[in-house]
Amino acid sequence: MNITRKQFLGLAGASILVAVSGKQVLAELEGERQDGKPRPRKQYAMIVDTRKCSTLPDCTKCIDACNSSHNVPVIPNPEHEIKWIWKEEVANVFEAQQIPYLETTLKERATIVLCNHCDNPPCVRVCPTGATWKREEDGIVMMDWHRCIGCRYCMAACPYGSRSFNWIDPRTELKVLNPAFPTRTKGVVEKCVFCYERLALGQGPACAEVCPAKALIFGDLNDPQSEVRKMLGSGLTLRRRPSLGTGPNIYYIL
Amino acid sequence: MRKKIGILAVLLGFFILVTFPLWHSVGMRHSLEPPNLVLPANQKNCVMPVAYMRSSHMFLLLNWRELVVRHDQHTFRSFDGKSYNMSLTGTCLGCHNKQQFCDRCHTYMGVQTPNCFNCHVDPMALRGGMR
Repeated sequence: MNITRKQFLGLAGASILVAVSGKQVLAELEGERQDGKPRPRKQYAMIVDTRKCSTLPDCTKCIDACNSSHNVPVIPNPEHEIKWIWKEEVANVFEAQQIPYLETTLKERATIVLCNHCDNPPCVRVCPTGATWKREEDGIVMMDWHRCIGCRYCMAACPYGSRSFNWIDPRTELKVLNPAFPTRTKGVVEKCVFCYERLALGQGPACAEVCPAKALIFGDLNDPQSEVRKMLGSGLTLRRRPSLGTGPNIYYIL
Repeated sequence: MRKKIGILAVLLGFFILVTFPLWHSVGMRHSLEPPNLVLPANQKNCVMPVAYMRSSHMFLLLNWRELVVRHDQHTFRSFDGKSYNMSLTGTCLGCHNKQQFCDRCHTYMGVQTPNCFNCHVDPMALRGGMR
């Protein structure tokens, strides 16, 4: 068989292409993501049903439960405040939707916001010390306050404002301490960690547990039988600014 | 002659200054008694043998910290086969009194107090109404 140099090079190039794409397909089938990082075994997510939440407009039970179980201080000065989970108006949460003439009650409806535990968290990408990372086992965007040097790159990277910086010693602002969970110290960043300490004991997140309206539903997105999966399949839910490619895991029902 | 006196005075001052560490403790009362550590009444063994804990508790604590925070592992199997929850406030300070144990030895040894308790809560001090 005669083969020219041109044909040989063409064939070689084509076979390399086939091999590389085949490898990616196989990797995808085996649960590896395209970027080489393994997909989390579980992916915890939360659905915020704002219809149920808004039936109790003055309720702050989820916020109080989070604050007391994680020693989050309530600081009135907005320059120093620390927030893990808080209330925000729908119009501000979904500002990217830019819907004109939105009904005022819906626009001003308070909803719950917290860390989105993104699939592709920008805070993790920029952290220079590895103090924040995405857990492979359950997809929680975790924090190691021992390693945080307080550079606040993560705060600049997070498009949801989910991270707070301790400008002052939080212990001076805490009236009651929960000894089971550490406080933070001046100079570190903090945020919601999806109650990893409660999950380790087989409990759900504190906010979802205390919600009297059952408006916060927590579960594993990778489990087809989980309540969150079923709810996502049964109606339209919204995520905050998904076009940024962060893959947020907090879903909203309006 | 006048110069000689000046030089001698400076030399004497220098000598006193250099030998300061040798003579300054003369007459001071120093105790070589070990610190009076209050041991937990309800436990016989720590999570590791006493000799290991005395020399290397800081490495054990660092190891626990890595395992719990970064690897989501919470149970420690001790040398005598018992299981412990890896927690500074829960397990260590569940038995030991920080002020009468940790602090006394650290002070005696002149070891800088680590910053563990800037964040971790001392549950016994909390019960006594202190923060």
